[in-house]
This record gives sequence, C-alpha cells and structure tokens, in this order.
Amino acid sequence: MPAVSKGDGMRGLAVFISDIRNCKSKEAEIKRINKELANIRSKFKGDKALDGYSKKKYVCKLLFIFLLGHDIDFGHMEAVNLLSSNRYTEKQIGYLFISVLVNSNSELIRLINNAIKNDLASRNPTFMGLALHCIANVGSREMAEAFAGEIPKILVAGDTMDSVKQSAALCLLRLYRTSPDFVPMGDWTSRVVHLLNDQHLGVVTAATSLITTLAQKNPEEFKTSVSLAVSRLSRIVTSASTDLQDYTYYFVPAPWLSVKLLRLLQCYPPPEDAAVRGRLTECLETILNKAQEPPKSKKVQHSNAKNAVLFEAISLIIHHDSEPNLLVRACNQLGQFLQHRETNLRYLALESMCTLASSEFSHEAVKTHIETVINALKTERDVSVRQRAVDLLYAMCDRSNAQQIVAEMLNYLETADYSIREEIVLKVAILAEKYAVDYTWYVDTILNLIRIAGDYVSEEVWYRVIQIVINRDDVQGYAAKTVFEALQAPACHENLVKVGGYILGEFGNLIAGDPRSSPLIQFNLLHSKFHLCSVPTRALLLSTYIKFVNLFPEIKTTIQDVLRSDSQLKNADVELQQRAVEYLRLSTIASTDILATVLEEMPPFPERESSILAKLKKKKGPGTVTDLEEIKKERNSDVNGGTESTPVNASTVALPDSPLQGSLAELVTGPRPRPSRLNSSRLAIHNLQTGVPCLFKGFFTSEEHSGFWLISLNTSLLSVCMASELNIQSTPSPSADLLGLGAAPLTSSAPPPSSTGSLLVDVFSDSASVVAPLAPGSEDNFASPDLASSEVVSEEPADTVHDADELIHKFVCKNNGVLFENQLLQIGLKSEFRQNLGRMFIFYGNKTSTQFLNFTPTLICSDELQSSLNLQTKPVDPTVDGGAQVQQVVNIECISDFMEAPILNIQFRYGGTFQNISVKLPITLNKFFQPTEMASQDFFQRWKQLSNPQQEMQNIFKAKHPMDTEITKAKIIGFGSALLEEVDPNPANFVGAGIIHTKTTQIGCLLRLEPNLQAQMYRLTLRTSKETVSQRLCELLSEQF
Amino acid sequence: MQFMLLFSRQGKLRLQKWYVPLSDKEKKKITRELVQTVLARKPKMCSFLEWRDLKIVYKRYASLYFCCAIEDQDNELITLEIIHRYVELLDKYFGSVCELDIIFNFEKAYFILDEFLLGGEVQETSKKNVLKAIEQADLLQEVNFSFTRISQILFNPCIITGAYLFLQRSSAEQFGYFTVNIDVYVQWKFQQSGQKICW
Repeated sequence: MPAVSKGDGMRGLAVFISDIRNCKSKEAEIKRINKELANIRSKFKGDKALDGYSKKKYVCKLLFIFLLGHDIDFGHMEAVNLLSSNRYTEKQIGYLFISVLVNSNSELIRLINNAIKNDLASRNPTFMGLALHCIANVGSREMAEAFAGEIPKILVAGDTMDSVKQSAALCLLRLYRTSPDFVPMGDWTSRVVHLLNDQHLGVVTAATSLITTLAQKNPEEFKTSVSLAVSRLSRIVTSASTDLQDYTYYFVPAPWLSVKLLRLLQCYPPPEDAAVRGRLTECLETILNKAQEPPKSKKVQHSNAKNAVLFEAISLIIHHDSEPNLLVRACNQLGQFLQHRETNLRYLALESMCTLASSEFSHEAVKTHIETVINALKTERDVSVRQRAVDLLYAMCDRSNAQQIVAEMLNYLETADYSIREEIVLKVAILAEKYAVDYTWYVDTILNLIRIAGDYVSEEVWYRVIQIVINRDDVQGYAAKTVFEALQAPACHENLVKVGGYILGEFGNLIAGDPRSSPLIQFNLLHSKFHLCSVPTRALLLSTYIKFVNLFPEIKTTIQDVLRSDSQLKNADVELQQRAVEYLRLSTIASTDILATVLEEMPPFPERESSILAKLKKKKGPGTVTDLEEIKKERNSDVNGGTESTPVNASTVALPDSPLQGSLAELVTGPRPRPSRLNSSRLAIHNLQTGVPCLFKGFFTSEEHSGFWLISLNTSLLSVCMASELNIQSTPSPSADLLGLGAAPLTSSAPPPSSTGSLLVDVFSDSASVVAPLAPGSEDNFASPDLASSEVVSEEPADTVHDADELIHKFVCKNNGVLFENQLLQIGLKSEFRQNLGRMFIFYGNKTSTQFLNFTPTLICSDELQSSLNLQTKPVDPTVDGGAQVQQVVNIECISDFMEAPILNIQFRYGGTFQNISVKLPITLNKFFQPTEMASQDFFQRWKQLSNPQQEMQNIFKAKHPMDTEITKAKIIGFGSALLEEVDPNPANFVGAGIIHTKTTQIGCLLRLEPNLQAQMYRLTLRTSKETVSQRLCELLSEQF
Repeated sequence: MQFMLLFSRQGKLRLQKWYVPLSDKEKKKITRELVQTVLARKPKMCSFLEWRDLKIVYKRYASLYFCCAIEDQDNELITLEIIHRYVELLDKYFGSVCELDIIFNFEKAYFILDEFLLGGEVQETSKKNVLKAIEQADLLQEVNFSFTRISQILFNPCIITGAYLFLQRSSAEQFGYFTVNIDVYVQWKFQQSGQKICW
C-alpha cells in the first residue's frame, strides 16, 4: 500500500455506526436512529451554513440509515449540493447518495442532471468517471433522455482516457437496456466495434458487453464484430499465461473477456468466411484441449476460471450446432464433469448436457451417460443438482430408453423433495404418453404415479389418462382391470378413486364377466370409498352409479337404494343432492332404450395438445418446452387443424347455429328484449325443462365433471344446451353474438353434432312437440332484417361455384370446419382419411325456421376425376325442418392422383324460391398423404434419387400471411407431411416427407420450404416420383403461406 | 447481472447493488426471500440455484455471504470468480478485509464495486487498475490522518502490536474520541486473525 491517506475518516459516522452496533434491541436501534435523524434535520434546517465536511458526514449517515432498511425522506437537496463541490470526497458521497436513493422528483433530477453535465464537461477523468457511474447506477429515463446522445461521443472520442471509455461503454449499455429508444444508432457504432481491437484489455472487456447487447437487437449493424471477436479470442487463448500480465487470473488469460467474446459470438450463426470459421474452430479446439491438460494451480479459482471459458465455449458449440466433431467432444468433456468431485461442475455439466441432448449430432452421445445421470439422481445430496438430473433425463428420453427413464423417475419420486415432485409427476406423465408403445404400460405408469405421489398429480394428469383410455379401445379392458385392482388397496388416493370411478363407469362391463369383479363387487368397492371422498369426487361417483344402472341392470335396485338414502337425497350439498334426485328419477322413469342413449359410452375426445404439456410449459415459462409431437397430434384434431386454441369444453361439444342457442342463452342469463321469433323456441325448451325437471341444470352446475358427463349424454339437445351455456361463459358479450343469430358465424370452430335433432324426440318422448313449435313462429322471420337479404341469394346465378379455390385452400391443411354459409344454409364438414380411403360427413343446417323442400345435394365429378376418385353417398331426406340439421356421409376412395376437386351442388325450395348452390368439396390430393419420418441421411439420399427435372416442382412466391415458424410447422404437418427436424443445415428451412396413397400406386414425396424473411418470400420445392403429383402438391401448398 | 447482495450469517444486509430498476418494496421482498433461501443451504451444496427466473450464484467468505443474481444465459462460474475478484479487491484495499471493514467503510465498498462492475457488467478485471483508480481518488482527498488509515496500519499483522501501542498513545493525544470504538474493533480484528491480544 502506498503511504497515502486512504479516505478521510468521518469520526461522527464511525461513532454513530458503533452506537448502532451496540444497541441491544431493535427498539434501542430505532430510538438511536430517530435521535440521529432529528439531529441531522435540525442541522440541515439550522441558520448556520454547514461546511462541506459536515454536509458530507450527515449525508453519509442518512445513507447508512437507509441501507439499514429505514426510510429516508430528506437530505436529497444537501446531497445534490455536494455534487457541485470541488472536493472529490464530497462529490463522491453526493453521487453515492443519489445512486442509492434516487427520487423521481423532477426538479431534483434537473439539478442532478445539471451537475452531471458539468462533470462530464470538466475533462477531469475522475469527475467524469463519477458522473458516468452515477448515470449507470440510476439509469432512469430522464437521464437517458439527457445523456444518451452525449455518451457515444465520449466513448469514441480519440482523446478520452481508457478508464472513462470503459465507464462510458457500460453506462451506455445500461441506458440502452432501460430506454433503447433514446440511444440513437449512428456513425459511432462502427467505431465502437473497433474497440474490440483496443490495446487496453479493460476497454475491450467493457466494449464487448456493450456490443453484445447492441448486436442482439441490431445484428446487421454489428456484423463486423464477429471476425474481430474471433481474432481477439484467438490471441487470448493462444497466449502464454504471463503475456497478459494483470489480466491473467490464476494462470488463465483474460477469462472474463474470453467469456464475453464467446457470448458475443452466440449472437450470430457460424461465420460464413471460411478463414474466420477455421480460426474459431481452432480456438474452440484449443479450449477443449486445455481442459484435458493438468491444472497449473490447485486453487479452485484456476479451475473455475478455466471451466467458465470452457462452458461458454460449449454453449457456443451448441449454439452453432454445426460441427458434429466439436459437439461430441463437448459431450465427452461434460461426461467427465458428471463424475467430478466439485458439486458445481456436476451441476453445470448436467445443465449443459440438457441443451446438448436436443442436438441431433450429440443426442446419441448424451444417451451413453444415462447410468451416470440416474446415479446422480439417486446419490446427489443437493436437491438443485438432482433437479438438473431430472431435467437431463427428460431431455435425453426417447423411445429406446423411455421405459428405463420413466421407471427411474418413478423410483426417485418416492423419495423426492416436495419442492420438485409436481414437476417430476408432469414429466413422467408426458414421457409415458409420448413414448408409450403399448398403452397398458402407460396406464400402469400413471396409476403408479397416483399411488406414489397422488397429492402432486394435478387434474390435468388424471384428465389426460381418461382421455387416452376413452380414445383407445385396445386399452379399455386393461384399464378397467387395473384400476379395479388398484382400488382394492385399503387406502388409496382420492385421485385414484376419481380415475377408477370414471373408468369403471365407462368400461366396468368389460371386466364384469369375471366373478371376482362382478358388477356388485365393483359397485361395493367404489361405494366403500365414497364416504371418505370430497364433494367433487362424490359427485363423480354418483355419475358412475347412474352409468352402472345402464351397464348393469341387475344392480339397478341396489344403486337406487343408495341414491334414495337420506344421506344422498337430503345431502346438505346442493350439487350432490341434485344429482341424487335427478339420477334416481332418471333411473326410474326412463326406459332401457332411453337410458342406453342418455348414458351411452363417451365418444372419443378430440385430439389436442396434451393438457399436461401445456401445464409444464406454464410452469417453466413459455418457450422452454417445445415439442413437435404436440403439433403432430393436432393434425388429427377436430378443431380447425389445430392452429388456434379454443376453450376445452366448448370445442368438444357440438354447436349448431340454430335459434335454440339464443333462446337457451336467454334462459340462463335472464330475460331481455329479444326478437319475437325466439319466443317459440324458448317455449319449447321451457317445456322440456319442466318435463325433466332440472336435468340440465344439474349437469351444468358441477364444474369440470359436468364436461365429461354431459357429452356422454349424447343428444343434440343437451349438446346445444351445453354449447350455449359454455358460449355464455366464453364470449365476452354473449348478447351481441347470440342475438345476431342469422348473421353470426360459428362462434367456436367446433363441428356440428354427429347425432341429429331427431334423437331429441326419442329421449324425451313426453314432450314430443318440441320440433313442431319451431315452425309456426316462422312468419316473424321475414320481418327480421338479416333474412330480408335472402332474396339476394336466390338472385344469384344458379350454378355459381362459391369462391371456388379459396374454399379449397382453406381446407387443405385441416379436415373440419364450415364449408359454406349464407343466410339460409350452413354446410359443415368433418372428415377423416386413412391411406387411400376417406370418409366425409357433410352437415346441412337450416338456419331459418322454415322447412326446406326438395332438398337434394348432388356430387358432381368430371369424367377425368371419376376415374381417379371414387365417391359414394346416400341421398338425404328431401325436407329439412327449420333449425334442423341433416347429415350426409361420403365415402371416398382415391384410385390415382388427381388435380381437380369434386363439386357439391345443393338444390332446394325455401319459401317460394328455388335455391341452387354449388361449392367445391375440399377433397384434395394431400388428404391421402401419410407422414414418413426419416433421418437426414435417408432424406438426402432420396432427394438425390428424385433428381429428374420432371420430378421436381418449384415455386417462389410472396408470403400471404405473417411468417411465423410455428404456424408454418403446423401447416406442413396439417398438410399431411412429416416435418423433419435437423435435416436441413439451415435451421430456418422446413423439410418434410410423406407418401401419397392411392389405390394403384404409392408416391413418395419430399418437400422443402425456404423462407426469406427479408423479402417476405418463400421458395417451395417438391420432389416426388410423379410429375403430376409434384405439380399438384406444389400448387396446393403454395397457397398456404 | 441483476443485483448483488452481501449479507452476514445472521441475515443482516451489508451491501446491496441493484442493476435493474425495482421499487424499494420489491427490493426488500427479494432480499428477505433470498437471504432465507441461501442461509438455509448446507455448506457442501453447489453454489448455484434457480430462483424465480434467475440464477443465483453465491459464496460464503467467513461470516459474509456474497450473492449475485444473473440471467439465464449468463455464466455461473465466471460470476463465482467475479465474487472472488471483488473479495480480493476489498482484501487488498483494506488489508485482510473483515465484515467490520465493510460496515464501517461501507462507502468504500461501494466505490470499489463501482470501479469493478458497472451496470451489472465487468468493467475492469485488472486488480492493479481498479485499485489504482481508487487510490487516485484517495490522493485527491485532503490529507488528514484518517480512521481508515489507522486501520490500514493496524491490521498489518507484522506491525500490529506496535501500531496498537502507537494508537493508544496517539489517540489519547490527538484522537481521544477513538479509543473506545477502536478497542472493540481491534479486539474483534484479533479474534478474526486468531491472535491473542497481549498487553
């Protein structure tokens, strides 16, 4: 230490601090502080002008009090006064006070800014440094506004001292972070980039941080920094440890700067210039090599600094994801760390490997460490390390090791810390579903999950297992058997009772043949749990019981007795009581046929994004869990091809656009002024409601379960009720939508119901006049404004094909939706395709309340089309009642590839006018497209094989929609092709493969879509073994983006 | 880096530096939560943890915990060495730094930090350059024999006994007001360095 005076002791301050430290209690401390505050206040207010030293001392005391956690509401002015002092220490304390206690008092800010301005202009480097530190510490918008223009000048001025440059660079960085709008880009940017070449390593260190942040937002402007950063890095890593003098830290040359340079390079793709790229690869190799050398020091600082650079280099290698050799080396290096005795290194290795696992080149290499990772899960003493191990297992999981990983995670779950259980449960549930080869394994896994960690199994998880069991008939018997066995445990988790109750209610009959699980035994088993369960579970069990009444008529009386018991019928809980009353009534009055219809097995759930995955995403924040599987699933989705999400319940329920909807809405929301035509239908529903008292309401009121059970009452009326109920919940202003019936498009994109309105009459035969009242009220319709325009329709040329191609394009990537709609008629579509076969349901909905007569839909195929596409359908009933909907099934067989689409012509009489409507039916070649997964190598081999010019079709076109990667992916998958990840060297491109199935041949297709964001263009290339197929697919797909 | 906190084993905050704008209320809440979390960790555990959407890097030096919050893409190990370099700087400046140095000379601790880190980024990694900046600043001060200076001389173990005697005498003559406080400080300092006080 040089023999100079260090700081000037402030005696009063030291005494005060000692006093505070000597205080025995919080009260004594507060007392002392208040005394001091009073003293300072009187000094500041006193008549005698304070000298600089006293002012500094008191300001410093205030600062100390503030840092102890007390509020300070005065002294700012004195601090500002200190700023203009010529004495360095006074100025310094003033700035410190402002930095820590800045107040957005506008007048003060003006004064502060003034003082800063003076210091910046002073040309005194220490004063300038103080001012810059203050700006960087406060970083407020006012300061940004005042100084963002000035600081770049200081930064690049030739005569600025190095230390000031450093402060200026980081000061500018802070301002750019808080208020980028005030920091103008300009000439200075190129000069800043050249600071990477500065001889002073401190300047380079500070500048690199600034450039990295700026380059993230303005990559083009700072592109030249790449080569400069590479050469700087190269000079550092190849230097001897003594070359850099004080910038060498424990024998590691400039570790901070190296890390920063490697971070800067992560803002860019691999350098295009081969020389730069080669030099960078050399650097990265050197860093990897150094990791293998014996340490130059035993100090932990040496290894930390060295490994900090190593980990940053590995991050860069993963970011570039282009050098398989480096990736595998990185993976091996991390593998060594997995068993290192430093906990910190094990932690970081696990974390880093997680990202490596997602690279195609290193996924396999990561997988070789599975045993070590599992071992870490079992033996690590630190929960945060175990958490990383779980993450890594999740990331490295694929079909080949799923069973092992899931088993290990389940094992670990039994002893896992409470803090991470829920996440593990979600992960196990997702992996089990994603990689289930055989669904019995899946069911076992989830039941195990509930057994081990029932409390952490969220609703999403058990909903999901039910959805899957319902949708897969091959697993239903097994599921019933397994839950039955699991329920026999003396103590089982309530979630298990829920799943068990639900599954037995649906599929109990599948195991009823076994005398050990006869209907009565099943019922008794469930009922033995009943009293221990919460109200929602009991409500669910009651629904199971009514389902049992249908499944097992032989125990109907037993169940009726239970429902009739006082504990049910007079239950204090309204929901339970209502269910008991209604179910009892239903079981008594309804005939077996009606019961069978009302309590029919649940229809399959529409496939959609796994609710669990959504939950995990929510937990982890958006963007962390990306998964293609989920998009693939959505391909078969009942909803719009899966690009938009609709509220779960609303979309599972049919939603025909009929007057019923409005009237029901009104029943629920209460009376309001309405068009008179609604009266009649409202009456009808009202009749219904009185006929079967409260039935709907009972279903509605229970929260999530009603969703499940309601759908199982598979009548369109109930569906309608439910739909409108849900609609009211999901539409912000229901009245507007529901009352504007005639013109309103479908509010949710759900398809029309598969069962027709007539069922309604069967079920509620008591009030059979339901449909009838709808018609008489129809006179009113003509008065309503939206129907007045119906004449326009009839005046249209009879055989216009409506918006022909546009409609086709709408359906290229999805199978369901509304094909056509005008004031009279709505045509909905629902279709499915398997290989070269398909089936399409066409729903014709009469939107008016008047009958359509002579209703004849016809399918027209040109001769050419007839030879390649075989369509079969049955004629429909020629009268369509007002508000009713009829369904027509078209069976489709693709014989060979085809270009055009068949035409659907509909003719009918409405009122006195004859209507003729033609639309193209969206049966396109890509519907017979089946995805094929293939590795990069296979893809390119086949791509080369299809090099004949006729086989290739290319189209370059302007983007019609915003260029969003996720939407594009969804569209390619919706188109029918598999989306191949990691095949194209450029990650921005999309690559797909699939097979077109026709009766005569199968045609392999490969596609590649290259977006050009700058030009807003796409280039689409298709290669297939048949010219016409290439051409048609290219045409179809080009219209989609 | 988003912020840096120094706190004692008893959970008392000794230094706080925020590089992101937050309200006082929010700062207090974060401090409370973090101090609790970090103090609850056992000695052999790893120095990194996930906290909210940040990564926390911490290290304990004697009775003081140094704790940094960094963002997802930041490098944990280099942050650990940022902490160490800061400790080295304090050590060099105060001469075998202890918690009391930071309490009594908190403003110096802030000044040194500002020279080393600015806006949450490393400004200058050379120990020499940072200390040179601080010393230059000290040179600018009026020359008066200071409390800090005394402690500088005092806590150099070689001259400790002599210095203490010097202080006894000189403080009685010139700085009478120091005696009591310095006593406490010196004793504490001795306990820290494991030496017995013999007078």
